[in-house]
Amino acid sequence: MLCATSRLLAARTATALPAQPRGRGPGARCRRRELHFPGHPEVPLGEFLAGRLARSSVSASRRAILRRGRMPPAVGGGPAGSELRPRRGRCGPQVTRAVGPDVAAQPAARSPKRPARGSRRFEAAGRWALLALVTLLSFATRFHRLDEPPHICWDETHFGKMGSYYINRTFFFDVHPPLGKMLIGLAGYLSGYDGTFLFQKPGDKYEHHNYMGMRGFCAFLGSLLVPFAYLTVLELSRSLPAALLSAALLTFDTGCLTLSQYILLDPILMFFIMAAMLSMVKYNSCADRPFSAPWWFWLSLTGINLAGALGVKFVGLFIILQVGWNTISDLWHLFGDLSLSVVTVGKHLTARVLCLIVLPLTLYTATYAVHFMVLNKSGPGDGFFSSAFQARLSGNNLHNASIPEHLAYGSVITVKNLRMAIGYLHSHRHLYPEGIGARQQQVTTYLHKDYNNLWIIKKHNTNADPLDPSFPVEFVRHGDIIRLEHKETSRNLHSHYHEAPLTRKHYQVTGYGINGTGDSNDFWRIEVVNRKFGNRIKVLRSRIRLIHLVTGCVLGSSGKVLPKWGWEQLEVTCTPYLKETLNSIWNVEDHINPKLPNISLDVLQPTFPEILLESHMVMIRGNNGLKPKDNEFTSKPWHWPINYQGLRFSGINDTDFRVYLLGNPVVWWLNLLSIVLYILLGSIIAVAVQRGAHLPAEVEGLSQVLLQGGGQLLLGWMLHYFPFFLMGRILYFHHYFPAMLFSSMLTGILWDTILQLCAWSLASPFLARGMYAAGLLSLLLGTAYSFYLFHPLAYGMVGPLAQDPRSPMAGLRWLESWDF
Amino acid sequence: MLGFLERPVVVTADINLNVVALTAVGLLSRLWQLAYPRAVVFDEVYYGQYISFYMKRIFFLDGSGPPFGHMLLALGGYLGGFDGNFLWNRIGAEYSSNVPVWSLRLLPALTGALLVPMAYQILLELGFSHCAATGAALLILIENALITQARLMLLESVLIFFNLLAVLSYLKFANSQKQRPFSLRWWFWLTLTGMACSCAVGVKYVGVFTYLLVLAVAGVHAWHLIGDRTLSHVRVLCHLLARAAALLVVPALMYLSFFYVHLTLLCRSGPHDQIMSSAFQASLEGGLARITQGQPLEVAYGSQVTLKNVFGKPVPCWLHSHQSTYPMIYENGRGSSHQQQVTCYPFKDVNNWWIVKDPGRHPLVVSSPPRPVRHGDVVQLVHGMTTRFLNTHDVAAPLSPHSQEVSCYVDYNISMPSQNLWRLDIVNRESDTEVWKTILSEVRLVHVNTSAVLKLSGAHLPDWGFRQLEVVGEKLSRGYHESMVWNVEEHRYGKSQEQKERELELHSPAQMDVSRNLSFMARFLELQWRMLTVKSDDSEHKYSSSPLDWVTLDTSIAYWLHPRTSAQIHLLGNVVIWASAGLATAVYALLFFWYLLRRRRCIRDLPEDCWLRWVLAGALCAGGWAVNYLPFFLMEKTLFLYHYLPALTFQILLLPVVLQHVADHLCRSPLLRSVFGSLVVAWYSCACHVFNTLRPLTYGDKSLSPGELRALRWKDSWDILIRKY
Repeated sequence: MLCATSRLLAARTATALPAQPRGRGPGARCRRRELHFPGHPEVPLGEFLAGRLARSSVSASRRAILRRGRMPPAVGGGPAGSELRPRRGRCGPQVTRAVGPDVAAQPAARSPKRPARGSRRFEAAGRWALLALVTLLSFATRFHRLDEPPHICWDETHFGKMGSYYINRTFFFDVHPPLGKMLIGLAGYLSGYDGTFLFQKPGDKYEHHNYMGMRGFCAFLGSLLVPFAYLTVLELSRSLPAALLSAALLTFDTGCLTLSQYILLDPILMFFIMAAMLSMVKYNSCADRPFSAPWWFWLSLTGINLAGALGVKFVGLFIILQVGWNTISDLWHLFGDLSLSVVTVGKHLTARVLCLIVLPLTLYTATYAVHFMVLNKSGPGDGFFSSAFQARLSGNNLHNASIPEHLAYGSVITVKNLRMAIGYLHSHRHLYPEGIGARQQQVTTYLHKDYNNLWIIKKHNTNADPLDPSFPVEFVRHGDIIRLEHKETSRNLHSHYHEAPLTRKHYQVTGYGINGTGDSNDFWRIEVVNRKFGNRIKVLRSRIRLIHLVTGCVLGSSGKVLPKWGWEQLEVTCTPYLKETLNSIWNVEDHINPKLPNISLDVLQPTFPEILLESHMVMIRGNNGLKPKDNEFTSKPWHWPINYQGLRFSGINDTDFRVYLLGNPVVWWLNLLSIVLYILLGSIIAVAVQRGAHLPAEVEGLSQVLLQGGGQLLLGWMLHYFPFFLMGRILYFHHYFPAMLFSSMLTGILWDTILQLCAWSLASPFLARGMYAAGLLSLLLGTAYSFYLFHPLAYGMVGPLAQDPRSPMAGLRWLESWDF
Repeated sequence: MLGFLERPVVVTADINLNVVALTAVGLLSRLWQLAYPRAVVFDEVYYGQYISFYMKRIFFLDGSGPPFGHMLLALGGYLGGFDGNFLWNRIGAEYSSNVPVWSLRLLPALTGALLVPMAYQILLELGFSHCAATGAALLILIENALITQARLMLLESVLIFFNLLAVLSYLKFANSQKQRPFSLRWWFWLTLTGMACSCAVGVKYVGVFTYLLVLAVAGVHAWHLIGDRTLSHVRVLCHLLARAAALLVVPALMYLSFFYVHLTLLCRSGPHDQIMSSAFQASLEGGLARITQGQPLEVAYGSQVTLKNVFGKPVPCWLHSHQSTYPMIYENGRGSSHQQQVTCYPFKDVNNWWIVKDPGRHPLVVSSPPRPVRHGDVVQLVHGMTTRFLNTHDVAAPLSPHSQEVSCYVDYNISMPSQNLWRLDIVNRESDTEVWKTILSEVRLVHVNTSAVLKLSGAHLPDWGFRQLEVVGEKLSRGYHESMVWNVEEHRYGKSQEQKERELELHSPAQMDVSRNLSFMARFLELQWRMLTVKSDDSEHKYSSSPLDWVTLDTSIAYWLHPRTSAQIHLLGNVVIWASAGLATAVYALLFFWYLLRRRRCIRDLPEDCWLRWVLAGALCAGGWAVNYLPFFLMEKTLFLYHYLPALTFQILLLPVVLQHVADHLCRSPLLRSVFGSLVVAWYSCACHVFNTLRPLTYGDKSLSPGELRALRWKDSWDILIRKY
């Protein structure tokens, strides 16, 4: 009942209010005035909040955001009546909208940050102009000397190559999801690149090949980061100088600049991360108008960008976590708002599920659909996938395969494990090392197609060549005792009571015997899963198990990676536990037998979900396989924020054109300092609030921005940075850049707040304004000047290395570890 | 003063006979036939060798945990008069008569027994009924896995003891906070919390999770305290400082003290010396100290030195050269300079000696007074036995083609001049004119012509290089890396002018004098760092398992089998308790979220104090389970079922909490309540029955027939050993 009436009321206000002028005319101003209480320090909290609105001028708009229900109850939780609840209906936004520019226009004697008097229109124009300026500057820096160096730099060799694969439609395998590379391919295609360049190794000249389209595309996305950061900070802090400072930090960061100029996944990834962040912040500020058009727009845009971020690299997961956290706390807030009925909260929940889970998942899957549709020719990635998958690819020997249908003695075959991303049964001329089972030939599984994957199937008791034309063809039947001879080394697949190298509970599998003569431990019973005895065995279709005759164990692969001695291939074992898992089920893939007629086979086409799952399994396995080798210099996460070491993009010697990925140290160290300062300042304020200290209105507003807006950014930084400490895979410096974007934005907000606080503490308004302007200008000019110093890092250096006093970069090698 | 003349002296003692009784049965269950079996059981083989090292005061390094736990076990050996003479080489080996089995196993058994009354106390302090508390204690009492683990010379029960002690004393502290802050009792429990935490961490690193949990709970309480506006600022500050001191400073100091005792006890050199730096080794009695004692400290021109690589991976080794040359053509068809090989050799050898030579002068002897070599000086290094100069040039190294080959220069009279000047770069210098010091200085040798740095690549050379390690000149010095850093280990001032004499001199042991000492902090930091970075072999063990197997008890560990009969000790949990504890956690989580959501809508099902109690119990018990269990999913080391026991203990404590909650708040009618009560009794007798059935495997005292053993194999994955007759 209560719910019903309140909804009714809300509906009424919603219908009644649109008639109000949209915050442009003086009417709005009057309306706003009516709300105010005369403020004095001792008013109760709710009144106090309202009172602040009247007194201060600078951050009124900011507080208006806070008042829209995003404040924790501890701070804003006066009795429901005393606080205005503009969450629903249209009244809220109008008030705030009116407040925003209106208050800004008030000269506000103590406001140091607004330009002095000016019409609103002028100011709006000014804002647009500022945004345009920021964007322009960003584009100018990113596109300057984009074509240099005209050769492959660093990972362009991978991603450019993968772009070409899309253009040529050849199938490949990579550890990252396909969207980023697909976009690169698309950009190349549209700009007239024909996919013929080989992208063999860094340093190869592009010559006549058109690479500018791909670089331009990446630079375009990279340039957009700056305006995105600008808008995000503006939305979070409502302060132009803060936004400007953040934008300047990013524009003048040589690292971001370098990373945006080449054919890499990072600019695309960062683009989606920042876009997701921006749209999340935007939709947060629409929270007072739920289910309105802009609300839906920003919400679904968030979802789209999340799909994009995840579709480029799996680290896109972190921004998903951030949005997820934001959404959960938002929903928690709505749920605690007793003026909303459960049904309304349910609607909110459904909307978020739709836009932030269903929509991104659909888009993400769609990218895979496109990926598989485009790549329909056989290529270097085939062996990673199952036989059924390969049959989709034209050019693969399984595509419209024409092979003997039934397995016969004497056939040369490859045997593939049915579990995803395990590969073919493989052996090679290397022995198990001493101390690991018997010192016999290794048997492993291997993902690539290779001659060492070939086995000959033979009868267990004769060593005669079954391909002798005098013998009749004899088919292998379910339940037969067979022997598998490795074609290249003529050793038999063998097992015995020795511990397997990694899975100690299993038995070791080896290659044994000379020229096919071994012992009784080489005998295996071949069984087809779910079949009767005596049936023939079908190539590709039959799911077979190989059971060791003497020990009774089953041939399987544990999926564990062998150490160096096993060439990092996967372990093959014989499991004494007869559990039926995919690890111990195999199928015959290639089948060569000249005595049998080839029959065209159409292998069962896998369904799309199967393909999707399989490719994810393969990717995860690939990612886990990227372990740093012993004694290799690896970048450690703690190196990154202190800008300890860069990455060489191009050139080594002093005669080369050198590009070195390194953050602008001024920017990075400022960021580092800011994080420390932020945590310090944040905890001081939080403790003060918890102690119940009454902050002056001005400080209160600033501290709210700092805690809320800054908190979001700090969370973003932490989410994009700390998980790397847990990762076992090999790490590079460039993994830090998404986190760096967040910390730069945090720096913007923090210094703006600090400067405002300092200015506020000064008595004279003139002095305050002066000091604020001076502080801001010195920060801006400082970063700009440092960019002037360090820009050769990104745009390329020639001449002696920086160690050399003759080098133009001589004075700039501030850390020993920088080798440019 | 003479009050006792006026009033009688009265001692009033509140003795909770329940606690006494629980302690007694706890002791009985853990101490009964403690010295049986008189053989090495499972991981005793592992801890035993360290106890022997303690008894003999030989230095060792164990990467699996800090030394406090080992020291506690060793204390048992010390009290029992163990002399350390036992070869811990095989599980199942019979103990010789000099091993005091009972006293070695006593400490874990005592701590294991004390878990029973402590569980009781914790539940009482959490504000639950006497009945629930007794239930918790009884559950701990009949948990087979806890008994097995406690009765052997293993560390888990000690760890669990300190974990529970930390929680218990924190609760006691928090409860006395409400009554009389800053009283003696308050201080006692607060300090005890910190000490128990550091002991837990000192026993095993995983103790840190419980420590963090306690810190988090203390943090939340402190945050509420900050928000308490009835307290003055000063008082709040005092509260915070007291907590910081007791929960941060005290544990840190205790942790240091463990290492202090450890390093004081272990003063002799032993088999693990090689892993440590030369300076550390020199601080131990015997071993390197015997060699380096009396060496001159400052390296001078003409010094004879051996150069050890600081990184020491894959093995510690010394810069080495020998008569053989690089093969003209490598297997892959690349050519070499065909000059004398320079390698890194993991054994002491006369070919490891090098002479530091001043490029400007001829003699290879130390002048008097000696002219010390300083940071930034350019030197030549002459190989002692072959008198060839350490050289590098723009030729690809044999296995690392991106780096330069390092050789001892052989003048073939072709257009390849010798480039044998090296600039000395002392990495850990304090001033720019620092002198090169034996053992203490870590130096890089930078090639003057090409600015390449002498580096151990870590690769093993093929047969032509006698499988020694490859040494290269790293051209792109990517900052500092330990594989580029060397230190002088053995050192003497060269005196012999002639090569023959010099060879003789090189063969003779070095001796001269200067003594040096490493401070405790330096030794602590080095030891701690090596312990954290030393790699254990990560190959799978027969009984290793994954964390997912633990919750469902899908795995077991065969600890010991009687040499003749089929009596055996098996780490197996009480299935009923195991399953119901898991269930209780799930029920708790569901109820918690249900209440939380309803509270958010202002529907309060529970009175406020009841809710707070419920949350605190959940935070400590369910939280204790989570923090002690979930991190194992991220660990890459070999895991065993016993790693789950600390988490399980917390989970068992949650069980009576949930049961009492259900009885008090969900069973509305008396009838329901009594039905529920009888169900609980039935369930508990069921658990007792399981305990009794599995008892022979827990104590290993009874030989079961193969049929009985087969009947006990309730899950296929339990590896119960059945003898074939």
